[in-house]
Amino acid sequence: MMKKLIALVFVTLFATTLALAQEAPDALVKQVTEEVLEIVRKDKDIQNGSAKRAIDLVDAKVIPHFNFQHMTALAVGKDWRKASPQQQQQLASEFKTLLVRTYSNALTGYKDQKVVYKPFKMNAGDTDVLVRTEVHQPGNKPVQLDYSLEKLEAGWKVYDVNVAGISLVTNYRDQFGQEIRNSGIDGLIKAIAAKNKALEGNLAKADGK
Amino acid sequence: MMNRSVTWKSRAAVVLAAGTIALGAPALADEAVRDPVEGFNRAMFAVNEGLDTVLVKPVAQAYDYVVPLPAKAGVGNFFWNIADVRNVLNNALQGKLADAGNDLGRLLINSTVGIFGLFDVASELGLEKHDEDFGQTLAVWGWDESSFLYWPLLGPRTVRDTGGWVVDVYTDPTWGTINKSVAARNSLVALRFVDVRADLLPTDKVVEEAALDKYAYVRDAYLQRRRNQIFDGRPPRLEDVMD
Repeated sequence: MMKKLIALVFVTLFATTLALAQEAPDALVKQVTEEVLEIVRKDKDIQNGSAKRAIDLVDAKVIPHFNFQHMTALAVGKDWRKASPQQQQQLASEFKTLLVRTYSNALTGYKDQKVVYKPFKMNAGDTDVLVRTEVHQPGNKPVQLDYSLEKLEAGWKVYDVNVAGISLVTNYRDQFGQEIRNSGIDGLIKAIAAKNKALEGNLAKADGK
Repeated sequence: MMNRSVTWKSRAAVVLAAGTIALGAPALADEAVRDPVEGFNRAMFAVNEGLDTVLVKPVAQAYDYVVPLPAKAGVGNFFWNIADVRNVLNNALQGKLADAGNDLGRLLINSTVGIFGLFDVASELGLEKHDEDFGQTLAVWGWDESSFLYWPLLGPRTVRDTGGWVVDVYTDPTWGTINKSVAARNSLVALRFVDVRADLLPTDKVVEEAALDKYAYVRDAYLQRRRNQIFDGRPPRLEDVMD
């Protein structure tokens, strides 16, 4: 019974992912956002701060719509071209883990915020667009939350996220550049991996509590 | 009154003069130019981190824990209403007269119907919030690149934004008009400081976990956010290595 249920969930998940891929970029952002918020509103574990649950949710619902190769290239900047394909792959994989770990945390801080979708315009042939949203919360100025998307064969993929004008991706450029200057691309891969390992340790500790 | 306006003008002149000198410097986005006193800044950053850990953050956490949400919203609205004075002024100085009119409308509505700004009635009526300050005005006037500075308590600024902040203080009713009572002024300034810090509490953990180098992370986030504010949320795109 349980197995069937899980299989059913996976099939539905896969089907919605496929259906979403064909959609307009603004509709995609809206649908994924609402779907994730709906789950967070019902999930007491996430509301009580379970980072693990939040990470699982982001992995399942959000990650399929991101292009981490492009994100990592943006974060690394001009040194990206000097990295071998294997190094690029390792970098993208470690960077993905770091971003998912750290920003899934934002979901655990969810308290009645509302997401407002700004009017969206695009031309028929556009393959690179900006979808603008705003997070509203009582007593505070709305926070701008923008997504850059590009059209790939697999559909629209997010390659940059902007919070209050701060790109979560390019904000790493100086830190990554510093690491590469000091100890090369392999050094950067090691540094991010070490950071991830430390975060994983925290996570294990938090869940053991 | 006469005296006050004279000192205001002379201080503004000093700030503007400082701005003009810095304008002459070549505008490079290079690291050494962006953050020429990195050693000093990192030291001040460490001081601030220490102050934050032992004093500022615990106070903000206590405030966040004790004060119920509607009251916090009221405090936030109250200070935003005061900030609308600055928004009117700076939108006008940047030639954005429609926005200045919008913010003047907000100020009038919220100060009266909104009971001294405690309720943000204007937003309900569809008058959008803006966020302008004199640092942004200086940037719009042409001082677009400025070196980064990190101050204790004040936190990240650029040279331009430090000058802008001094002008903001002098045009801010919290520091100025309401200063008939020093105690009242100090309480308001302290409350606003705590309110601003409390708003930032949720981001603490993210920054802590996301940064490889916290100082560089905070600095670059600050510079990106200012650029975004200067261009009113629509900054020109930076080059993309994939293109």
